[in-house]
Amino acid sequence: MTGRDLDPTLKRLLGSNEPEIGCDECFEQLDRYVELQLAGAPADELVPGLRAHLVGCPACAEEHESLRALLELDSVS
Amino acid sequence: MSALAQAPGLEEWHLDLHAEGIRGDEAVAHLHGLLLRAARFEVFRRRGSLPQLSAVELDELAQDAADDAAVSVLRRLDDFRGESSFRTWAYKFALLEASVKVRRRAWRDREVTLEPEHWESLAHAGPGPDEDVENAALLEAVRDGIRTALTPRQRQVLVAAVLEGVPIDVLAERLESNRNALYKLLHDARRRLRAYVAAAGFPEVNE
Repeated sequence: MTGRDLDPTLKRLLGSNEPEIGCDECFEQLDRYVELQLAGAPADELVPGLRAHLVGCPACAEEHESLRALLELDSVS
Repeated sequence: MSALAQAPGLEEWHLDLHAEGIRGDEAVAHLHGLLLRAARFEVFRRRGSLPQLSAVELDELAQDAADDAAVSVLRRLDDFRGESSFRTWAYKFALLEASVKVRRRAWRDREVTLEPEHWESLAHAGPGPDEDVENAALLEAVRDGIRTALTPRQRQVLVAAVLEGVPIDVLAERLESNRNALYKLLHDARRRLRAYVAAAGFPEVNE
């Protein structure tokens, strides 16, 4: 929603109207999505619904952050 | 050359996971090393939620996660289609196992309140006394929606996950469900709540 500075708790309660995938599909696509992101490719276009899921699911969002961070660490070590 | 072998990012050693004998054993050992590295990375990244555990206990948690991840990876080897590198594909199993174990351990001795009445705590999450009337009306619509538009199960999960901050894996364990099913329930609850709030005069929540 736009035009209103909604309380963060209300935002988490109401969620988003954007189409999103579920946790199982997120797991299936996560490796590809993160590699696309790190390659600078349009990951959100190529893996539709995953970004919206990460906004709504804190657990999957943590695992996304961790995979990305681990791959970034690998790339410099 | 097979389609798999032509896939980008293919690592040769991965093919040895299918092999018998020493080649296969060495590949499994290599896989376990990768998974342990990822599991340790995750456990130590989240160690702030486990202040009671020593470094040795944290490492044991990582070892358990790596062991479980190895079983999952080996069981699902044929699902790897080369859409990422094998290393990235394998890492995600270890990160999942480690993060779930950390969340469950962090909440192991904590009570999970599944009383729907706790949504009343939303009163403290809304606008303060100086906020405008419209925000107060929105808050009231959300509270009404939680009370009247959701099923008891939807209300229970929405309140626990969002207002009580219970991780979805912990909730799944307590409710004898799984993450995917509970998230779908949460997603449906949010959609139903948005519909109620939109009909109550706030269509922007569905934009």
